[in-house]
Amino acid sequence: MNVAALSQAKLNFDVERIRADFPILSRKVHNKPLVYLDSAASAQKPRQVIETITRAYSEDYANVHRGAYYLSEKSTSDYEAAREKVRAFINAKSITEIVYTKGATEAINLVAASYGRAFIKEGDEIVLTTLEHHSNFVPWDLLRKATGCVLREVTVQLDGSVRIEDFAKVIGPRTKLVAVAHVSNVLGTVLPIKEIAKLAHAVGAKLLVDGCQGIVHAEVDVQALDCDFYVFSGHKLYGPTGIGVLWGREAILDTMPPYQGGGDMIETVAFAGCTWAGLPAKFEAGTPPIVEAIGLGAAIDYINTQDRVAVAAHEHALIAYALERLPEVPGLRLIGTAPGKASVQSFVVEGAHPHDLATVLDRSGVCVRAGHHCAQPLMEALGVSATARASFAMYSTQAEIDALVAALIKARELLV
Amino acid sequence: MSANAQTKEPDDLRSLYQEIILDHGKHPRNLRQVENFTNQAKGNNPMCGDKVAVTARVSPAGVIEDLAFEGKGCAISIASASMMTSALKGHSVQAAKRLFAAVQGLCTGKTDVEGAQREVPELANAIGELAALSGVRQFPTRVKCATLPWHALVSCLDGGDTATTEK
Ligand SMILES: Cc1ncc(COP(=O)(O)O)c(C=O)c1O
Repeated sequence: MNVAALSQAKLNFDVERIRADFPILSRKVHNKPLVYLDSAASAQKPRQVIETITRAYSEDYANVHRGAYYLSEKSTSDYEAAREKVRAFINAKSITEIVYTKGATEAINLVAASYGRAFIKEGDEIVLTTLEHHSNFVPWDLLRKATGCVLREVTVQLDGSVRIEDFAKVIGPRTKLVAVAHVSNVLGTVLPIKEIAKLAHAVGAKLLVDGCQGIVHAEVDVQALDCDFYVFSGHKLYGPTGIGVLWGREAILDTMPPYQGGGDMIETVAFAGCTWAGLPAKFEAGTPPIVEAIGLGAAIDYINTQDRVAVAAHEHALIAYALERLPEVPGLRLIGTAPGKASVQSFVVEGAHPHDLATVLDRSGVCVRAGHHCAQPLMEALGVSATARASFAMYSTQAEIDALVAALIKARELLV
Repeated sequence: MSANAQTKEPDDLRSLYQEIILDHGKHPRNLRQVENFTNQAKGNNPMCGDKVAVTARVSPAGVIEDLAFEGKGCAISIASASMMTSALKGHSVQAAKRLFAAVQGLCTGKTDVEGAQREVPELANAIGELAALSGVRQFPTRVKCATLPWHALVSCLDGGDTATTEK
């Protein structure tokens, strides 16, 4: 971003106005102002999302796709309108490519169970990186156990970056699928998706992108990324839990068998055999998370009212500030310093275990995550059993980073 | 609140991180593998990835001749393992199991120190020290940190090989 664009972005951004939209940010914990630095685990919700959910339940609620009466039609149209919002948000070609799931985890399991069991055979290779979240690891391990396919690993550099040359070494003629995070939930590393797509497609493999963190921090255009599947969860994107999205290319989704059977996903049901509905209904068995989907639509509307370039510049400034200030804490080691990283920062402090730090910080009102962050292979590679992690969202402030640093220095005095 | 009190840690933090806990956490006793061990088990807290391996040499008469642990973890789990291994050397397997129940009671608030000492009178002094672990009561997510090494111990004495805090 050039200087002029950056200063324009600053003008368009008022973090206090954004904070005023998030009711929880004005509460106290342990009698201290809340400093919420765990948005990568789950983001807080703006009033606009909370009110949409309340209105949906109190005024417009009925089951979808079923009743020939006003409320069901209204509920159905709100639910389907949210699908169109998702489509536009990620620039998918068609709403038939937008499959609702209960989250990114279910979306990946869907692809592993449906695409994986239909098209991946013994000896075929699936390429993952060391930094994958367990939800983009365990489903492939299950597939390996079921089919005898092979998992191949692309390793991570010490600073947390991932090199395209390393993908080039691992992707080969046996590769059927590459499954990678867009942005690491531990390190903040942004992966070079377009280049990975080129390598995968050159050998006829498909590319699945776990966009849980990626979609939060930058605009996503699935066509420009040139991936084949893109998944994310609503709750990290300022929306409700219980809703996520699988985007897939229509031509691929069409060839995939259903994931679960039940109501809403059928065309005909008979003892002689059942036939499936078209996309996306084929993958949406049972009563869906109706209000959750509508809430996700409201979260997308909320994000769309912001200047996304300005939000990205704000988050970029926050991570730069954190990278500068955190090393003031004696004995602190930053984990994940790849160039261009997103606003997620792991660290360890010599002599103080991350869990103890998190417990002590909590008493100062500061919420950070401690543990393996569902990334045990990465922890192993980094040679740590756990890290502490602070993550920043559009409502985070520099003052909160100051509070984090002050609380860390105090915690260290108690623990070390 | 006086100016002085404001700079102090909240009381529940002080009772969690008492001097004795921090001391055992930083300078753990019996951090090794028992030579010629007869029993062993690994404890695993899948929520945080903390791991502890307990080894013991138990005599045919059921006396714990030596007890030690290896592992990585937070101050609470390491201190707990260190105090546990210090307390139980020379005691019977049967006393160790009663002490496990007493410590669990202390950590969850179901027992107080006197109650625990009545249950395991032969380890009354050790319980006086182990009472420091009861600071975790105010921190529900940390109770498992304190009990992890004990789960591994019981599994080890029962001849199992793994224990988890998620049962
Ligand atoms: C990179 C990444 N992938 C996948 C997930 C799983 O998301 P969910 O638990 O919402 O399905 C997370 C969330 O923790 C994540 O950060």
